Amino acid sequence: MSAVDIRGVSKVFGSGPGQVEALKDIDLSIESGQFVSLIGPSGCGKSTLLRLVGDLLPPTGGSLTVAGKTPHEARLSRDYGMVFQQATLLDWRSVRANVELPLEIMGASADERTARAEEMLELVQLGDFGGHYPWQLSGGMQQRVAIARALSFKPSLLLMDEPFGALDEMTREAMQDELLRIWERSKRTVIFVTHSIPEAVFLSQRTVVMSRRPGRITRIVDIDLPYPRDEDTREDRRFYDKVTEVREALREHE
Amino acid sequence: MTTEPHSDPDVYSAFEGDLPGTVTPSALRRRLRRYVPALVLAFLVLVVWELVVRVFDIEEFILAKPTEIYSTFLDEFDTVVEAGWTTVREALLGLALGTVFGVLAAVATARWAGLREGLLPFAVAANSIPILALAPIANQWFGLTSITAKAAVVSVIVFFPVMINTVRGLTEVDPGELELMRAIAAPPREVVRRVRIPNALPYFFSALKVAAALAVIGAIVAEYFGGRTASLGFYITQQAGAFKFAEAWSAIIVGSFLGIAIYGSVLLLERWAMPWHVSLRTADDR
Repeated sequence: MSAVDIRGVSKVFGSGPGQVEALKDIDLSIESGQFVSLIGPSGCGKSTLLRLVGDLLPPTGGSLTVAGKTPHEARLSRDYGMVFQQATLLDWRSVRANVELPLEIMGASADERTARAEEMLELVQLGDFGGHYPWQLSGGMQQRVAIARALSFKPSLLLMDEPFGALDEMTREAMQDELLRIWERSKRTVIFVTHSIPEAVFLSQRTVVMSRRPGRITRIVDIDLPYPRDEDTREDRRFYDKVTEVREALREHE
Repeated sequence: MTTEPHSDPDVYSAFEGDLPGTVTPSALRRRLRRYVPALVLAFLVLVVWELVVRVFDIEEFILAKPTEIYSTFLDEFDTVVEAGWTTVREALLGLALGTVFGVLAAVATARWAGLREGLLPFAVAANSIPILALAPIANQWFGLTSITAKAAVVSVIVFFPVMINTVRGLTEVDPGELELMRAIAAPPREVVRRVRIPNALPYFFSALKVAAALAVIGAIVAEYFGGRTASLGFYITQQAGAFKFAEAWSAIIVGSFLGIAIYGSVLLLERWAMPWHVSLRTADDR
């Protein structure tokens, strides 16, 4: 069974002459445990597609399944964790309490919440920062807290919407290394939206290239570089070849 | 002053254990030192005031001397404190009623959009009406010497800012936070409890601070229209009418202390309720 199955999905915003065709005829199947990136220019509907998978928006046509269920059922049974471009940590909660938020809502016991939050903060290397408030953390650290929160209830799928888009280049690469380390350890399915070509190539097994007006999939590039990927991967000839391949795929439809 | 993004964890370990809400002795001393300029300035103003009255030989009914006000204040202490006791009860009762009803109205308005669109424009308009002008009518309704009459006026004054600000706090929530709550399938009740209410606290407290000052002003001015003999507003009008200005000033001192005390209590409450808030971050927390 595939983790996510998208068949003939379309999304139209608005109606009448002002309507925008955000997505058209999207077909995509993602195997369980796969790391897939969605890449394309602004307005290609990549974030919209992610929101359809997460049931944050309804599709106009077509069908989606997430873990064999409708996106709505999957959201209610908390099959996915979501990380946004902004960390969206709640200011009034300590780092630990932010990580515990989904567990609180799911009704987990206090002991379980504390144990899980500690475990997740260790995982993102913020074990000593549980008692801090979000504003005392740098942007990269805040985003790590958001990842810990998304993983706190052990969802099988991780949806990430340009999570490192607001970070500087150095922090960004460090976060990519860390995300791969977490992914290799847990082997969750990841759908990662980005507009950075090297980021998509470095992280994923498949890079889905999208174009705009209307948003559709124009090419899927398999990235067959071996894991674990590290600094050497970034300087590897084959890495550059894949970056070039994705870049050309993006350019074809400009 | 702003939170500059750092990637180096060492920057943070420097203030570990000095989180908001904890006051180290040196931090306390630094905070107290901040009040020194204000105290010096207040003292200088009093000295200049005294000198001006003496040098220009100003009549007491124009401006009383601070030393004279002080000695009258001591003589009249029991009277003005008793008057203050009446006024503070009116102010606090009105503040409490206005706040409770303001918050209840805000919750209802925030919950039902129809109610919000119908009611909020009226609330905003009503907020600019001189509600104090209703004091003589409230006296008629509740009785001239009743504490309720003044508390009613105060509660109406307090109601509108509290309601309007709390509605804003409950509704002006970061859309990203609402999307997050949706992604983790939080029921509406949880969204209110864990996002909307904490988000509304800073808005509520800024209204409450304004309301605290208005409550004392409202009670005293409402008493100008008549009230108990032992109440600040009535006492001030009586003494001023009899050209006993040092006495009037003594009552004004009590009124000032009441205003500051109620405002200060709200500040403490705010600190206790939201130790995480931006306004309470001190320089050494950054």
